[in-house]
Amino acid sequence: MGGLLVLPILIPLLTAVAALLAWKRRSFQRALSVLSTTGLLGAALWLLVVVWQNGTQTLQVGNWPAPFGITLVADLLSAIMVVLAGLIGLAVAVYSLGSMDPDREQFGYYPLLQVLLMGVCGAFLTGDLFNLYVWFEVMLIASFVLMTLGGERAQLEGAIKYVTLNLMASALFLAGVGILYGVTGALNMADLARRLEQVRQPGLVTALALLFLIAFGIKAAMFPLFFWLPASYHTPPVAVSALFSGLLTKVGVYALIRVFTLLFVQDVEFTHTLILVLAGLTMVTGVLGAVAQTEFRRLLSFHIISQIGYLLMGLGLFTPVALAGTIFFMVHVILAKSALFLVSGIVYRLQGSYDLKKLGGLYRSQPVLAVLFLFPALSLAGLPPLSGFFAKLSLIWAGLEAGQYGIVAVALGVGLLTLFSMMKIWDQAFWKPAMEDDSTKSSQSSSWALWLPTVALAGLTVLLGFAAGPLFALSRQAAEQLLGGR
Amino acid sequence: MAIIMAILSGFALTVVAPWLCRLARGATGWIIALQPVGLAFYFASQLHPIAAGGVIALSYPWVPGLGIALSFYVDGLSLLFALLISGIGALVVIYAGGYLGEHPQAGRFYALILMFMASMLGLVLAGNVITMFVFWELTSLSSFLLIGFDHQREAARAAALQALLVTGAGGLALLAGLLLLGQAGGSLELSTLLNEGRAIQSHPLYLSILLLILVGAFTKSAQVPFHFWLPGAMEAPTPVSAYLHSATMVKAGVYLLARLSPVLGGSEAWHYLVTGAGTATMLLGAAVALWQTDLKRILAYSTVSTLGALVLLLGMDTVLSVKAAMLFLLVHALYKGALFLIAGAVDHETGTREVTRLGRLARAMPVTAVAAGLAALSMAGLPPMLGFINKELLYEAKLQAPRASVLVTSAGVLANMFLVAVAGIVGFAPFFGRRADPPRMPHEAPLAMLVGPAVLAGLGLVCGLFPDAASIVVSAAAGAVRAEVTAVELKLWHGINPVLGLSLLTVAAGVGLYAARGFLRRAGSIGDAIGRWGPRRWYSLLLASLNGLARVQTRLLQSGYLRRYLMVIVLTTVALVGSTLLLRGGLTEPVPSLLDARFYEWTIAALILLATLMAVLSPSRLAAAAALSVIGYGVALLYMLFSAPDLAMTQFAVETLTVILFVLVVYRLPRFASLSSRRARLRDAAIALLAGGLMTALVLTAMTLPRDLHLATYFAENSLLLAKGRNVVNAILVDFRALDTLGEITVLAVAGIGIYALLRLRLEEPADSGSSQPEEEV
Repeated sequence: MGGLLVLPILIPLLTAVAALLAWKRRSFQRALSVLSTTGLLGAALWLLVVVWQNGTQTLQVGNWPAPFGITLVADLLSAIMVVLAGLIGLAVAVYSLGSMDPDREQFGYYPLLQVLLMGVCGAFLTGDLFNLYVWFEVMLIASFVLMTLGGERAQLEGAIKYVTLNLMASALFLAGVGILYGVTGALNMADLARRLEQVRQPGLVTALALLFLIAFGIKAAMFPLFFWLPASYHTPPVAVSALFSGLLTKVGVYALIRVFTLLFVQDVEFTHTLILVLAGLTMVTGVLGAVAQTEFRRLLSFHIISQIGYLLMGLGLFTPVALAGTIFFMVHVILAKSALFLVSGIVYRLQGSYDLKKLGGLYRSQPVLAVLFLFPALSLAGLPPLSGFFAKLSLIWAGLEAGQYGIVAVALGVGLLTLFSMMKIWDQAFWKPAMEDDSTKSSQSSSWALWLPTVALAGLTVLLGFAAGPLFALSRQAAEQLLGGR
Repeated sequence: MAIIMAILSGFALTVVAPWLCRLARGATGWIIALQPVGLAFYFASQLHPIAAGGVIALSYPWVPGLGIALSFYVDGLSLLFALLISGIGALVVIYAGGYLGEHPQAGRFYALILMFMASMLGLVLAGNVITMFVFWELTSLSSFLLIGFDHQREAARAAALQALLVTGAGGLALLAGLLLLGQAGGSLELSTLLNEGRAIQSHPLYLSILLLILVGAFTKSAQVPFHFWLPGAMEAPTPVSAYLHSATMVKAGVYLLARLSPVLGGSEAWHYLVTGAGTATMLLGAAVALWQTDLKRILAYSTVSTLGALVLLLGMDTVLSVKAAMLFLLVHALYKGALFLIAGAVDHETGTREVTRLGRLARAMPVTAVAAGLAALSMAGLPPMLGFINKELLYEAKLQAPRASVLVTSAGVLANMFLVAVAGIVGFAPFFGRRADPPRMPHEAPLAMLVGPAVLAGLGLVCGLFPDAASIVVSAAAGAVRAEVTAVELKLWHGINPVLGLSLLTVAAGVGLYAARGFLRRAGSIGDAIGRWGPRRWYSLLLASLNGLARVQTRLLQSGYLRRYLMVIVLTTVALVGSTLLLRGGLTEPVPSLLDARFYEWTIAALILLATLMAVLSPSRLAAAAALSVIGYGVALLYMLFSAPDLAMTQFAVETLTVILFVLVVYRLPRFASLSSRRARLRDAAIALLAGGLMTALVLTAMTLPRDLHLATYFAENSLLLAKGRNVVNAILVDFRALDTLGEITVLAVAGIGIYALLRLRLEEPADSGSSQPEEEV
């Protein structure tokens, strides 16, 4: 079954190549992109089922035995993440059909999308630390080009900040891998984990752990390293924002989870407590940033940061329930956040602006859209019985169990502020009467391609609330794997 | 199963209500009311088995991993609430049909009120505290959407948000409290928790659990100092005020206290906290009500007062006080529901809710007037209404209170005096008082708007005359709270005793206050003072400072300057990694063998350092680029020395190409200018040195450890043997680790696309600047 592991990397790669060969043929690329992301999702689901039934899957690339070659590994966490990548990829591919302008489509938008997905899936599946670096590079370049594609002034300015700060992360990551290799002589993560236990200088390992914490923390938009995100996420077309918001920072969090459950568990008291503190600060600064915004996508961007804090909270608490909470939260936040970006795109299509002051009257004129906004927005704020409620509940439960009352209080308070800022969008864009001079509004009827993925993602945030039992069981199992792998 | 159907049918109707409304138009209210009427009959049919001590319990797994189950637990307490929710719900829905008329968004209104009804039922029927919490939050949410129903008005939106935030904050405290309760009691199931009272009260976290849960209950039930959202919520359409903000939702906190009193009650802390909050709320609400002139606000404050009284009774936690509380719940729902609906009818017909502009409406609105009179009598606690029986029981309970009975009794009498006056103001004066000048000449409200007030007020009378029906419900509820069979016998006439004396005193003083209301209003206003200094002001201050803090913080962190971002990141790295190295003992003495380098190695190292210095200091771009390439060549030379000729050759090629490319573009760049001040440059130099020093320290420390060469050995041994390559580096790149190379090739290809697109595709800025704005620099 090992061959299955390569599909999530191979499908986007081959699609990208095919799309590049069909450079100017838009309609071919559009069809291909939807087809291939569907395939990706299918392969990912298959992989998840296989991992669920038969346990962790591995593939030795090129048949070189571990630890000498590169090993692809799919445990439950990896499989879940790949499924999410496929899901968001498909949603964005469909959404792009209705929202991407022909110019961008003719300049390689679809191949870039595929390369990004390839990088993301590669990062989730690799069991090799240096290979992980390579996938990070693939993601970085693909996302950078996607962000600049179109060459609008704001895009370029955002992209410069984005790429500079992310290269910084890459440099730190590479330095960390290099030194780690010098210390252990290993790159395969399982091999590394074994050898790290025998290093005679545990203090150095902890310092290296911190280096990784910072490198991945930048990628994950953790406090105080998140600047690139609010500087850039609101500038590209909304389909790109949605894709980024769903996947990019989450790869950073994934990497953090991976290394801080497998490699750096020598000094949990120190490292994971630090993560917990940073998690709290990330939540608070992120949500306060959101409270200060009056632009739809910027507000959402700051929320990404604040939600990253919750994801880190579970890692910092470092108990099975807490990690299960983080994984549950991951599923929830990827869906909810992407759904919100997709909604913002429809709003833009209807009213021609992302500025909350200029929006209005959507509750009256677009009741369905109002519901589509409310579900993920309230889910993000943690209102029951939506997915976000159970995600937060398990984290809070774990926090209380561990006696970490401080972080629990922060998590609850930030939930309230999240609600507050989400209701700001609701108040301004939906409840407030529309502006009188709405002659400027582009009243293009928005196509099914915009609505379908939005409905699907928003619906999932509801569905996952009702299906919280199985999803939690899955997350719990994944968490046990992470902790039991040692 | 029927329990689940009861709740699910409400949510199902929520979804179809807008369409139903489009079809049935004016008759929608009557049609929808069939559902709650059916429910009311169902709950009534369960009365006898449950009054006999039976409990309906059922459970389905939901999130077994966290102990959450979709379970239901129906006892007398649940049943009392369920009857109120479905019964009053039916009347309110019918009423809403008349009240809204052909309102364009009537469909949404029905949907929301049905959603509320289903959630509220879920809340009182739930048997797992988390299930209960789910419904608890859903009632807050539907309340939010209903308060803001008239969303074109800013006041309605602000009030909705205020209610949501206050109850939402309480909800979060409640969640934490319930989870702690579950951890202390070993289960989230009510049926288990109810037997764990002793274990929980001796748990070290008991006080925290109690406080958190009380905050939840107090915010929901509008106890001081969280009460201010309730008068604000009067922005909602009147049927909503009658239903949510008087009869049912605001009693959820009371329900919670009653529900958990066997678990949490009986301690000193419970007694003082609950009784204290209740007494304060009761007095404040009653006093402020008298000074209001808007019918709905008067009713809102009197509701606050009643909620306080209910909480006070539960805080006393005696058999008698619980009985009184349960009866009071019923009585209050009947008369206050009626009065709210009547206030809505008056507003609907006359166009005003100002009591100073209302009078002598009895002739034009006779049915409404009679209902109002009956409801007011019940509120004032006069015979032969159920309200009278209730007040007798109240006083009796307070007189027999185990602690501070004089204090609570006098507080109760004082509050009731005010409420008698308030009953006169809302139920009597507008209909029978002096003639006034309403904006519109009134006539009787339509039938749909008469059913509710008449039934509710009539029930107050019927139950007063024949109290047996009420006593079944009340004793079932009280029995459930006290976890013992509690017979409640209700009678109108108890003979001449101290309680009767207190009643007479109350009425006499109340009538006096009523007569003096005009004078009191002119003399000064408690309401104004509380508005100016009370918690509502704290709320707006808090909101303003939150927004201010958010702005300042964001401007500070997200300044817009890339160089500051870089600085923060580098400094964070130095601080975190550096301090870890120092604190966790990561540094070791460099081994002398490290310094044992050969002469030409030292030379190359010195060359690299010099070139670095030049790259940084040179005022010319070209020179800096040349210096950078010197660094590159130096590194390549090192590769050579350490026997990696292919790496060195690659590096030489790359460096050369880079310089050539740079020369090609350098003349197209603007003139080089140093914009940083000397101080900034010094600061940056210091930061750079710190970062470089950190890396050096890390690498040197790593070098002191023994090398592990298992990978290198394998590659060296097998590159020819298995990978068929003489060059080990190449074998690694294209065979052992080919996947890395595939990734890097992809990176190059994408970079190519990116450059091509940057050169060729420059889209115009969108017409509306609202879309993509660069980050502003501050």
